[in-house]
Amino acid sequence: MAAEAIILAQHVIKAFGQGTAAVRALDDVSVEILRGEFFTLLGPSGCGKTTLLRLIAGFEMPTDGTILLDGADITTLPPNKRPVNTVFQSYALFPHLTVAQNIAFGLEMLGKPASEVKSTTERMLALVKLEAMAGRKTSQLSGGQQQRVALARALAPQPKVLLLDEPLSALDLKLRKEMQVELKRLQVETGITFVCVTHDQEEALTMSDRIGVMSNGKLQQVGTAKEIYTRPKNRFVASFIGETNFLTGRAEDDALRLAGGARIPVPGLRADGATTVTVRPEQVRLGKPEEGGLDATVKDLVYFGTDTHCHLALADGTEVVARLQSPATGEAGYAVGQTVGLRFADGAVQKVED
Amino acid sequence: MSPAEDRVVRRSARNGWLLSTPALILLFCAAAGPLIIVAIYSFLTAGKYGNVEWTFSTSGWVGILWTKDIFDDTWKLADAHLTIFWRSVSLSFLTTLFTFIVGFPTAWFIATRPPERRAFWLFLITIPFWTNLLIRTYAINEVLRKEGLINTVLLELGLIQTPLEMLYGPFAIFVGMTYVYLPLMVLPLFAAIDRFDMKLLEAGYDLYASRMQVLRRVILPIVKPGIVAGSILVFVPSLGAYVTPRVLGGGKQMMIGNFIELQFGQGRNWPLGAALSMLLLIVVTAALLIYVRFAGRNGGAHHG
Repeated sequence: MAAEAIILAQHVIKAFGQGTAAVRALDDVSVEILRGEFFTLLGPSGCGKTTLLRLIAGFEMPTDGTILLDGADITTLPPNKRPVNTVFQSYALFPHLTVAQNIAFGLEMLGKPASEVKSTTERMLALVKLEAMAGRKTSQLSGGQQQRVALARALAPQPKVLLLDEPLSALDLKLRKEMQVELKRLQVETGITFVCVTHDQEEALTMSDRIGVMSNGKLQQVGTAKEIYTRPKNRFVASFIGETNFLTGRAEDDALRLAGGARIPVPGLRADGATTVTVRPEQVRLGKPEEGGLDATVKDLVYFGTDTHCHLALADGTEVVARLQSPATGEAGYAVGQTVGLRFADGAVQKVED
Repeated sequence: MSPAEDRVVRRSARNGWLLSTPALILLFCAAAGPLIIVAIYSFLTAGKYGNVEWTFSTSGWVGILWTKDIFDDTWKLADAHLTIFWRSVSLSFLTTLFTFIVGFPTAWFIATRPPERRAFWLFLITIPFWTNLLIRTYAINEVLRKEGLINTVLLELGLIQTPLEMLYGPFAIFVGMTYVYLPLMVLPLFAAIDRFDMKLLEAGYDLYASRMQVLRRVILPIVKPGIVAGSILVFVPSLGAYVTPRVLGGGKQMMIGNFIELQFGQGRNWPLGAALSMLLLIVVTAALLIYVRFAGRNGGAHHG
């Protein structure tokens, strides 16, 4: 895959409202989306991810900044002039048309010859496995089938970029898992760049080549699922993706000094003022106190089946959660009140910005 | 089904009929009864001083299209009647078309206001209903007449030198009916547009449709049930309009409604009046059936 940008958003600002009441839904966002990748915008509701998607689709115009599509400036182009299609959260299928007519709509609007419209529609129906439903009205379909029609309709005109606005949020859990795989398959099969918006971190991690984490109208971090999970840039990213522990103290060379005096080795850390580090619960190792590590007291044990969460308190009161794989008996081998020695796996402790 | 269940079902069916008896009696007395009388009258002979003589005759029906020459008693095509029919149909059609052209943007405007403001706009639309039809029609008369509002303003502005002759003709009838029946078009259109999912507009634009294509290929087919309902509500009363052509048509420019009234009044030809009424009913019903079936097949009426 050539690392070439298909979408390039530069210093995009989108303000809603006027004057002092104006709210910045997007606050100076620059992002590069590469050709042929599955890119996900992840963030809580109101973080501006949907606004960014709507700007790319052309439903909104940015207050400031530019958006390039395949090298061409599309900032002020209306949606019907952009080679970009959207899968809407509510699907927005045309209720007066059949499944096949819905899929053919974009091709017809582009003025494609009837034979091409027909053959492409048939190909799309096969792609989403809905050949048998071609003549049905969309209201006669299940939620999952409607989702497939929406996908086929948006893919039919072969857009340069497919935008997906919370595509799976209306489906139940089992169907959502299936569709995650399905979406990834469609993206690989068609080779089209997918830009997906979701608030579901698991969805983002499983489907995406790269993820852009957003909050408060700003892009917090862009990277692969692994990068974002293992090396979160700041406190928000670390806590939004998965569960994590935060430890605050003073930075020393290659270590963090906690308020209680305990020293945690953090290779690469330089002496600095107050610093926060993060460590994932599954990277916390427990042992006997005499084996070394930080002294910690077991406060609570919560059994989750595959693993057990062990809530611990350090000497200075800082809480740390350790995720332990549950042994065959289900007994973690620790008791509440017990003192244990706590260590972190090598390279698991990451400095984060606040 | 067990005998006991069977009894329960039968009893509830019997109770159903019993409970709807008052409504059925009312329907018969107020709707079917008079209609049957009119149907019978249309096949009787006209009395000398109005009323009917109980002798079977088809002259009422024949009189719709043909008239007997008073000198040589030959039957001739009554072109005066045809003029009236044509005027009624064409004016009603124009009224329907124009109320749609004006009503659609109005309904769209109201349906796209914030929910708490819609009630206010709808209230404005319904205000004319609070005033008597006759008074509203005279108000239009006041606006259109030689010394009326429009002429006064245009003369004052120097846009015209002599007052426009707008009153007492098809134009005045058209203006009056458009004004009177506009709410009947706006309300069903509003109901249809209110149900319309505005996301579909974005979907249309997203799929390369121009604004015109979105209107033609997305909006109109989906709100079609509202258009059909509004058109029926405007066209049917327009066709039978009586007060508006009477006040604004000046008595000479009759529509079917006035023509029927004439037969029962000065014309003293009740069978012809009855036959005309029946004809109007048959034409309207037939038109409705065709229209509804046509709309039901192509529109999204099933999900309304």
